[in-house]
Amino acid sequence: MKKEDRLEEKNPIENLLRMDRIPHIWCPGCGIGTVVTSFAEALHKSEIDLDKIAIVSGIGCTGRVAGYVKLDSFHTTHGRAIPFATGLKLAHPELKVVVFSGDGDIAGIGGNHFIHAARRNMDIMVICVNNFNYAMTGGQVAATTPKDANASTAPYGNFEYSFSLPYLAEAAGATYVARWTALHLRRVTKSIQEAFNRRGFSFIEVITPCVTLYARRNRLGDGLNLLKYYYEKSEIQHGADTRTLDISYQGKLIVGKFVDKEKPTFLDCMNEHLAKVLGEKYQLYGENND
Amino acid sequence: MSALKTLNGNQSIAEAVRQIDPDVLAAYPITPSTAIVETIAKFKADGMITGEFVCPESEHSAMSVCIGAASAGGRVMTATASQGLALMWEMLYIAAGLRLPIVAAIVNRSMSAPINIHGDHSDTMGARDSGWIQIYSENCQEAYDNFIQAFRIAEHLDVRTPVLVGLDGFIISHSMEVIQVEDDDEVKKFVGEYMPLYPLLDTSNKMTVGPIDFTDYYFEHKRSQLEGIENSPPVIEAVGKEFGQKFGREYGFFEEYRMDDAELCIVVMSSAAGTCKDAIDELRSEGKKVGLLKPRVFRPFPHKKIAEALKEMKAVAVLDRCSSPGAFGAPLFTEIRSGLYDYAERPRIVNYVYGLGGRDIKVEHFKEVASKLEKIAETGTVEEIYSYINLRE
Ligand SMILES: Cc1ncc(C[n+]2csc(CCOP(=O)(O)OP(=O)(O)O)c2C)c(N)n1
Ligand code: SF4
Ligand SMILES: [Mg+2]
Repeated sequence: MKKEDRLEEKNPIENLLRMDRIPHIWCPGCGIGTVVTSFAEALHKSEIDLDKIAIVSGIGCTGRVAGYVKLDSFHTTHGRAIPFATGLKLAHPELKVVVFSGDGDIAGIGGNHFIHAARRNMDIMVICVNNFNYAMTGGQVAATTPKDANASTAPYGNFEYSFSLPYLAEAAGATYVARWTALHLRRVTKSIQEAFNRRGFSFIEVITPCVTLYARRNRLGDGLNLLKYYYEKSEIQHGADTRTLDISYQGKLIVGKFVDKEKPTFLDCMNEHLAKVLGEKYQLYGENND
Repeated sequence: MSALKTLNGNQSIAEAVRQIDPDVLAAYPITPSTAIVETIAKFKADGMITGEFVCPESEHSAMSVCIGAASAGGRVMTATASQGLALMWEMLYIAAGLRLPIVAAIVNRSMSAPINIHGDHSDTMGARDSGWIQIYSENCQEAYDNFIQAFRIAEHLDVRTPVLVGLDGFIISHSMEVIQVEDDDEVKKFVGEYMPLYPLLDTSNKMTVGPIDFTDYYFEHKRSQLEGIENSPPVIEAVGKEFGQKFGREYGFFEEYRMDDAELCIVVMSSAAGTCKDAIDELRSEGKKVGLLKPRVFRPFPHKKIAEALKEMKAVAVLDRCSSPGAFGAPLFTEIRSGLYDYAERPRIVNYVYGLGGRDIKVEHFKEVASKLEKIAETGTVEEIYSYINLRE
């Protein structure tokens, strides 16, 4: 193919993007776009009715996803994507509701919502882009920053313990839990597809390079260097005990699908309980839409 | 040693923080105030300050940390903006209700939705009934000076009320300016040792903070809380004077610019006042008798003083960088108009909302306002009490 022709070629996921908003704000080498590509791929493969899907993002570099996808989307406030999504899902149980947001948004300022949605087994999918810092605001220390890693508010290294997100998700009640890196594109796609085909609270963590802040401040090189790190240090262990998934600075990354189980969802529990206590008077909510 | 330094607004605040070295600093990052927090983190890491620095998981938690630390007897500060201040809302009332002299730098930014990171006053105006003293800054120098004075005001025994210092997002927070940074020791001396009242750490006097208070006494206690802010005007004035004697820059409740023989007046706060001064200079050179009144202290609001300064004007325009949906006008306007009510002879007064979400306001816009004021003064009639500047409609 001639170079000119290649430039003419359309982006394969163009039908899912708001092309008028492109070029996007993400830095060259950033991993967020990669996750969006995997997501688009999963949408194609799952053959989901695009009118039956809604994307909810919080605020952050990852939060911008809501503005770039050509789907019903909601760019909410920092930390509150999950409660917005909960409201959406309960008002429209037939929708597939996906939260697409950053680690700070989901596990830091919004951590409380995360554990409660998991506890209720709310039927939503949460895709968490974990770049180990609050990127949008300039790379501050987050609840996911590995110990000893530098951040703009921890210039000589972080001394706090960090969250292991799959462990937190499972402990709180999530029924599907996976972790990948931005290198595991096809696996991310597959996890998203699996999550689309099931009910309950699904949590997919994707470790991604933040080249401009996290990598630069820690002198880890560019996006490629980080992908090399993922390549060398990640180890697929499906079904691994989530208590063993801690991430140390530039240490081993255990990835895979850790939890995949059935449990009645929030709406199932509500319907069952109210049908029991109210008897025939009660009309099942959101039932015939499956 | 006192020295001239080139700093932006955030760095100016951070510089004051370094000099004052409060016991506890707790803050969560948010544009455009993040650099304050980051600079403090660096000072801490480099051993330049001794205070504890905490990065909690939200602004709500940051203000909660401040309240805990201040109750324990510490000198405490935070910095935030916009959504961050909004998330602190619940705790702002607790800080003021408990009369804890916390100081906050608020880098003024618009409120979502839609999301926007640029400057307006919607954030702090939303907190205006929380019980905090509010001081606004025109430029980096004022932000630095106000922040130092804030501790003296907040901690004064007659006041013991939290203070927030506002500076405009980006326009001030990210603009470099040459400012006079005073000598470390002189600043420390000016601010003085902090003597907490009823600290929780005083274990020989055990105490419960914040217990329940119902219909029997709540009202009395609420009323007594107001004393702090009611007592604050002479303190704010004295601290501003003393600051002037010591460092050469005196502060009051507001600044008057070319008001001596003015017949028309524009009232505007914060960074826009700087642009307005240029407009006034041009108007004056055209022979127009226009002056500027720049409020500095918004809470407690100096009604009487401002009314005295404005009562003889023919027409006044009050410019607010904030809207107040459903109200008679925006906050600064309603305060000033209400203050003028008791005067039999009072100026015609109009309200303009400008600069929401960081929309620029230029010299030409102030000149348009002045020409509208001229018309009002000439005809004695106001066609539109409330309107907008530089807005496409
Ligand atoms: C209440 C509130 N506090 C702070 C902010 C500022 N803020 C915007 S994005 C962000 C951090 C984003 O980090 P993360 O969620 O990890 O997303 P990333 O940018 O890393 O993708 C912060 C602190 C805000 N918008 N709202
Ligand atoms: S700052 Fe980091 S996370 Fe944000 S777009 Fe750039 S590389 Fe990506
Ligand atoms: Mg992040």
